[in-house]
Formats: sequence, C-alpha cells, structure tokens
Amino acid sequence: MKTTITTLFICLLSLTITAQSADEILDKVDKNMSSKNRVFESTMTIYGKRNSRTITSKSYSVGDKQAYTEYLSPAREQGTKMLKLEDQLWIYSPSTDRTIQISGHMLRQSVMGSDLSYEDMMEDRKLTEVYNAKVKGKELVDGRETWLLELTAKVQDIAYATRKVWIDTERYVPLKEELYAKSGQLLKRSTLSDVKQISGRWFPTRIVYKDMLKQGDGTEFKMNSIKFNQEIPDYIFTKAALKQ
Amino acid sequence: MAQNIKNMKLAIKLAFKNLIGAGLRTWLNVIVLSFSFVIIIAAKGILVGWDRQAKNDMTDWEIGEGQYWNENYDPFDAFTLNDAHAAIPTEFKSDIKNGDMVPTLITQGTIYPEGRMISILLKGIPPQQTLLKLPTHKLDTVVGVIPAIIGSNMARSNKLNIGDYVTIRWRDVNGTFDATDIFIADIFTCNVPTVDASQVWLPLDSLQSMTLLKDEATILTFANEENIQQTPENWTLKTFDALVKNIDDMIQTKSVGQSIFYGILLILALLAIFDTQVLSIFRRQKEIGTYVALGFTKYQVVGLFTIEGAMHAILAAIVGAAYGIPFLLWFAKTGISLGASSADYGIVMAETMYPVYSLGLVAGTTLAVLLATSVVSYWPSRKIAKMNPTEALRGKLQ
Repeated sequence: MKTTITTLFICLLSLTITAQSADEILDKVDKNMSSKNRVFESTMTIYGKRNSRTITSKSYSVGDKQAYTEYLSPAREQGTKMLKLEDQLWIYSPSTDRTIQISGHMLRQSVMGSDLSYEDMMEDRKLTEVYNAKVKGKELVDGRETWLLELTAKVQDIAYATRKVWIDTERYVPLKEELYAKSGQLLKRSTLSDVKQISGRWFPTRIVYKDMLKQGDGTEFKMNSIKFNQEIPDYIFTKAALKQ
Repeated sequence: MAQNIKNMKLAIKLAFKNLIGAGLRTWLNVIVLSFSFVIIIAAKGILVGWDRQAKNDMTDWEIGEGQYWNENYDPFDAFTLNDAHAAIPTEFKSDIKNGDMVPTLITQGTIYPEGRMISILLKGIPPQQTLLKLPTHKLDTVVGVIPAIIGSNMARSNKLNIGDYVTIRWRDVNGTFDATDIFIADIFTCNVPTVDASQVWLPLDSLQSMTLLKDEATILTFANEENIQQTPENWTLKTFDALVKNIDDMIQTKSVGQSIFYGILLILALLAIFDTQVLSIFRRQKEIGTYVALGFTKYQVVGLFTIEGAMHAILAAIVGAAYGIPFLLWFAKTGISLGASSADYGIVMAETMYPVYSLGLVAGTTLAVLLATSVVSYWPSRKIAKMNPTEALRGKLQ
C-alpha cells in the first residue's frame, strides 16, 4: 500500500514538474525570441510547382501587436506596404494608390502566393496563454538536441487545435513546428535554421513554411539583417505612413 | 354600316388584285417581311425558352418553390457565412420530416485536389431529401470517410472523378481548423452554377458535427408556396419570384438588346414597303383619279392604298408560315447549342437552348408587324388626299 502511494505521488510530482518545465521552456523561448522591437530586412522565396519567386522586404515591429512591412522587390511588388495594428491589417498598393483592410475570409488567403496566410501573420497571443504545453520527450533535429513539446488548445477560439514544437535544449530556440487540425491531420510545418547569436540572443534567421496539404516546396523566409531594440518613430505604425 | 362593310370588302379585293398584279415586286417585299417574322419569332422563342428552362432548373436544383434564408445570409458576400446559421425552427421539423422542406447548411472551406488549394463552399444537405434533384441519396454511401457529391463543372475544373478521395479543410464555429479526406460518391450534371461551381455537397449531419453547428442551417428550401407559415425569427422569406428576379432581369435586358436587332430588321423590310407605296402613288395617279371618278372618296382611296400596303404583312405571315412553321418546329426540337456550359457564364443556361413559342408570342409578333406595316403604308398614302382628281386622272405629276 505504502509503495503504491509513493509511486502515485512520484508520478503526480513528475507530471507537475513536466508541465512546469514545458511552460518554463516556452517562457524562455519567448524571452529569447521576443524583444521590445525589431527592424529586419528579409527575403521570402516562394517555391511553386514550376518556378519560384523571391520577394524582399523591410519590416519594423513592436512586440506582437504592431508591425509594418514595405516590399522592396520585385518591381511588381515594390512599394506595397502592410500595416498590422492589434487585430487589424491594412495593405497599401501603389498601383491603385489605395489602402484596403484585410478582414474576414480575406485573412485566410495566402500572402503574396506564399504558404503563409495573413491570419498566420496576425497571430499575436502568447502560446502559453492559449495552449497547455507538455514535454513529450527529447529528439534530434538537424543534429541538435531538442525538447518535443505538444501544445493542446485550452481556449476555443484558436486556429490550430494542437501543435508540436521542437525546442533547442541549449539555445531555447524553436527548430521545428507542426500545426495540426482537430482531426489530427498535419496542416503546416515550419522548419527554423541558421540560428545566430544576435545582440546576445539566439535567433533563427531562416524559416521554411510549408502548407502540408499543398504541393510545392513551401516558402523560405530568410532574414538578411536584424536589429533589436531600435528607435522606431511612432508614425511608422499609422495608416498615414502607408501612403508615404 | 352594310355599305361600309361592302366598301371594305371591295377595297380588300381590289388591294389583293393590285398586289398580285404587281408580281415580283410584291413577292420580294413579302419574302423580306416574312424573314423578319420568322427571325423575330425564333429569337423571341429562344428567350422564352431560356426563361422557362432557367426557372425550371432553378426550381428543380436549387430553390424549390421558395426559401427561408438566415437573416445574416448574403450569397454575394462570403463574409456573412461565418454568422449565417441558426437553429432550424421547431415549427418546420414536421415539414422537413415529410420531405416538404430541405435544410441546407453552408460554410466556407478549402479543397486540395492534386495538391492545389481551391476555396469552396461546403454545403450540408439531408441525404434522404427528394425535393431537389441533387443525387443526395449517394451521400448515404458507406465509406471510411465522408461521402460527397459535386457538380460536373466542379469535377472538370478540379480534375475529380467518382471514387476519388480528396482532402478538404474547414473551420468549426470557433475558428479552429480541421481537415479530412472526402470520397466523391457521385458527380451530377446541372445547369445551375450556384449548386455546382466551387461547391461540395456533404451529408447535413456530417457538416453540422464538423462545424459544431448541431441542428443548424443557413437555408430552408420549401416545396409548396401555399404552405408558407409565419416567418420565424432570425429567418427571411424569399419567395420564388424574388429568387428568380435575376433571371427575369437578365431576360428583360436581353429582350431590350434583341429589340434593337428586331427594329433594324423590321425597318429594312418596312423601308421596302414604304418605297413601294411611294412608287405606287407616283406611278398610279391615273388609277387614283379613276377611283375618284368612279365615286370613291379621297379617303377611301387612301384606305385602299393603306390596305394594299398592310396586306404585305398578311401575305408575309402566310408565306412565313409556309416555311417558318416547319423550320420553327425543327428548331424547337433540335435547339441551339452554345458550346459552352453555364459555369462559363455564371448564369443558369443550358448547353443547348430550346425555343418555346407561345400563341401570345406569334399573335403579338403578327399584330406588331401588321400595325407597323399599316403605318408605313398609310404614311405615303396621305398624299392622295391632297391630290386634285382631275390632274390625277390626266396623269399629271403633283
């Protein structure tokens, strides 16, 4: 009897430790990945069935709530700007000189034909706020040891019912993420690599997004330069800045 | 009165003799006018046939005798679909059970045929329904996954065949993604693009549980307009007339467009008659003078010439009937093939359109042509009233 109670106690304790560990891991990832603000130049390459195309852009973001992106090339996309303020998203197109708000089902459309939807870009809630995390074990990803975290939604209004995240045990950087439907079907996979130490933090500078239901090799997102905690003027995050 | 009838008979007799006497000139006019007759009836027949076929198809495949829409539903605004659903009113449960009403739930989704990503509408419908022609009984197919039926245009554009498995993705009422494979149990062919293009039909129960919208629907289609009850809260009644209004509007627009074409055709034919009349009055002055000398009043002579001109229309109707009736009957049987399906136009349109000729159409066209011919015959004949009979008798130009 005594043995049973001890075993049960140890099991409960280990479960609590595991649950705490998962949240702790995510907190550390959050601390590593998030910053007061960041300014970066990136290259997005969309690999299609027959050809691929590359789009370069410069982005400014403050936390998860405010983001401003200006597309620099190719010529067709040059001057297109995107502004995210809280849960609202606007796009300015220089060819029409119009600013339109992306909402409703339009949010579900892909960004510039990539594997990313506008909605994916709009996600700004902390994972620990909306998911129950559990450490499922350790796995090797690209030769690095990772914790495999399984995230199960604890709120109802969420796009993906479950997620799996592989976190580098040493650098606290996600190296892979899989997003699942309620039925358990894998919907999207992102692979993060080229982890570099920038301003004292580890940061993945290359991300490959792949819509697993769609053909093609996904969308590669490469950060060519990134600066944290810069002085960003407030006017950048206004609708007026889109037309400038 | 009797004298008037006698005069009229005489005028008709004379006019007919004069017309026949004019020979080739009359027959050329008559043939040209008869072409107008036949073409107008055939073209109008196509519009009437299209109208009838479109409404029949819509009734059979989509709207029944009318529908109740959820108050938030707007078929032209996909934004509304997130909120366009409500519990099926309890007062309709017996109608649904009896097969007099069909509930449909609509939600947005994505289909991935051959790894391509296509936005679609997922529509849930009871498999046992018989109100609409959709082969929903095929949704009872028992397979490991959800059975679905799609239209032939949807199948063609996405390269799907019966027996295929394809992945669909959707969101439940909370916005959570879900995905599964569906089995294409049947492919139906119909002319109503709004039940075919970019649509996948699933069993209602399945879609309700997929979206967590148990016992809810977006549209309720009913079989009999006479059984309309008080419109329940959250629902809007859409009568048959309101639902086919776009067809009526389209036919009316087409009809106006066609009228211009008829107008040109008629003007060409009537111009020939007008010319003939002017020429007749110019060349037959002695004859006009003789009529007056014989006791005709000037207005009787005007009447005679008007009847003579108008008789072109009667002869044209007879000649037109001689070759037009067999032609129009053949045309009604074989129809006209447009070589394109309704999905290409986005409107209810059969690949082959069959004209329908009503008595009203034939009588109306005949009357309109007769009236127009009478007017163009009378117009130049008015000159006769101003003629000096003595001068006319002498054949002097006036």
